[in-house]
Amino acid sequence: MKKSIPEIIFDIFNYSILLFWAVITIYPILYVLFSSISDAGRLMSHRGLLLYPLGVHLDAYKIVFQNPMILRGYMNTAIIVFGGTALNLFMTSLGAYFLSRKDVLWKNVVMVMIVITMYFGGGLIPHYLVVTGLGMRNSLLALIIPGAISAYSMIVMRTSFQSIPASMEESALLDGANNFSILFRIVLPLSKAMLAVMALWYGVGHWNSWFGAAIYLTKRELYPIQLIMREILMQNVDSQEIYKMTAGGGQDDDAQIAETIKYAMIIIATAPILCAYPYLQKHFVKGVMIGSLKG
Amino acid sequence: MSRTVVPGIVHKNSLSAFVNKAGKDFKKNWVLYLMILPVVAYYIIFHYWPMYGIQIGFKDFNIAKGYMGSPWVGLKYFQQFFESFYFGRVLRNTLMISIYELIFGFPAPILFALLLNEVKNRRFKKYVQTISYMPHFISAVVICGIILNFCVSDGLINDVIALFGGERSSLLQDMKNFRTIFIASGIWQNLGFNSIIYFSAISTVDQELYQAAIMDGANRFRQVWHITLPSIKPTIVILLILSIGSLLSVGFEKIILLYNPATYEVADVISSHVYRMGLQKLNWSYGAAVGLFNSVANLILLILANRISRKVSEVSLW
Repeated sequence: MKKSIPEIIFDIFNYSILLFWAVITIYPILYVLFSSISDAGRLMSHRGLLLYPLGVHLDAYKIVFQNPMILRGYMNTAIIVFGGTALNLFMTSLGAYFLSRKDVLWKNVVMVMIVITMYFGGGLIPHYLVVTGLGMRNSLLALIIPGAISAYSMIVMRTSFQSIPASMEESALLDGANNFSILFRIVLPLSKAMLAVMALWYGVGHWNSWFGAAIYLTKRELYPIQLIMREILMQNVDSQEIYKMTAGGGQDDDAQIAETIKYAMIIIATAPILCAYPYLQKHFVKGVMIGSLKG
Repeated sequence: MSRTVVPGIVHKNSLSAFVNKAGKDFKKNWVLYLMILPVVAYYIIFHYWPMYGIQIGFKDFNIAKGYMGSPWVGLKYFQQFFESFYFGRVLRNTLMISIYELIFGFPAPILFALLLNEVKNRRFKKYVQTISYMPHFISAVVICGIILNFCVSDGLINDVIALFGGERSSLLQDMKNFRTIFIASGIWQNLGFNSIIYFSAISTVDQELYQAAIMDGANRFRQVWHITLPSIKPTIVILLILSIGSLLSVGFEKIILLYNPATYEVADVISSHVYRMGLQKLNWSYGAAVGLFNSVANLILLILANRISRKVSEVSLW
């Protein structure tokens, strides 16, 4: 079917707008990336859009990777991400499995109990009091346990478990398996794709989170990387300190390199996620669909 | 004499019938109950215990005395909030930001999904889509760090302003700019991700409908207007309900990261107010009271929005 003129005009318009949006979306990150490897002095005096890096200098990255406070931040974040996600998957699977079974007397009671929490909660202050009351202040546990289950994820997981053919479980039951074996030997292995998506969801959430750490941690050694970055990026605290800590340099140099250090930190904090998400996009798109169909 | 022979077990009333049923169920499913135990414990400790703690909003809470020992003061803190000059300010800011977000941020993903759907080149479509989701995965701290960096007097945005002959200014220190920056960056971050659900709705439309329309001579615009849009209407309505239901719950993370005393007047929302007053300044009871007000108001809004939607269209959450 030959295209009419208005259609061609529309297509041009459409492609342009979408291309413009893609450029706008990706440009800030490119700007940060280019800035992080640019020469500090030239960067300071540069005005306007950065279309390419001003030289290739990895000094900022070297400084960041040698700074003990920053390294400890990454370690804390790693602990939170791996420990937290493991706990998330474990707890969410237990809940989803339970909710996906048939013929369980108290299942609906549990379901209602969980759904209520999706619409109503105690609020910030009561939550804070409970967590600190449990003695989790200044402990990484405060960042892992209170967020152990996302009700929404559990419902999505339940839907996924329900789609596993009952025949598989029935034959396992006939062989004398109990629910633990069914969960761990049949249901979970068959749900690898969905578990990967869940791990991504929870993992990214942990990687990016900062508020819990902000309110529960006062010891610097426990700060995850997002909190350290907050100090550096927003409270203009330590960028010059960082530079002084790991290298000598004149006063002017400090301020300039401090800028590139900020950019380098942003890239380091964001790069792993940006590399991972395209591979899993097929799965999380499906995850959103399933979630929306839950009704 | 006649006697009724009752086979099996005799139940005096339905309670004992129930207990019998529960016993059988427990025998059969005890492993499952064991499995769910940690989950239930988690919910009780971290969701229901805080709900129990909401009562401190009605008390003069003293940490030493605990929940039980602190004296009741009724609606004192609610009154304090409603009568303070903060009330009007935070309510107005919360509503203004939410409404602007709704007006600009709600249609944008839909439009994006519709436009991208019209693209025939699959590679272009895929690349644009993948790029569009990217900002969603970036953390709030990084996003705000970038925003802060771009908004300083010698930052990128000011460079562009100067290029067009405008005057440089520290953008985030000016109240006029806060809302725009906040909402625009929100759209930038979430447009792609929010469009996913519309994409999947669009993909479920029966292709035959399009064929039939083409045969009837409908051009692309008509196809979209008469087929695509109506098919995704339920999705749109449900998401609209959810958005209206969260009109009073502007997330505080980004607000806290971007605001400063110079912009409190437009930036302070209910949730950031709870954080600053309740947590930072240790007014526990006040914070709990305002927080409760927020939760209840949200719930009411959600129920209202759902009811209206049920009347106006057949689509609703429940």
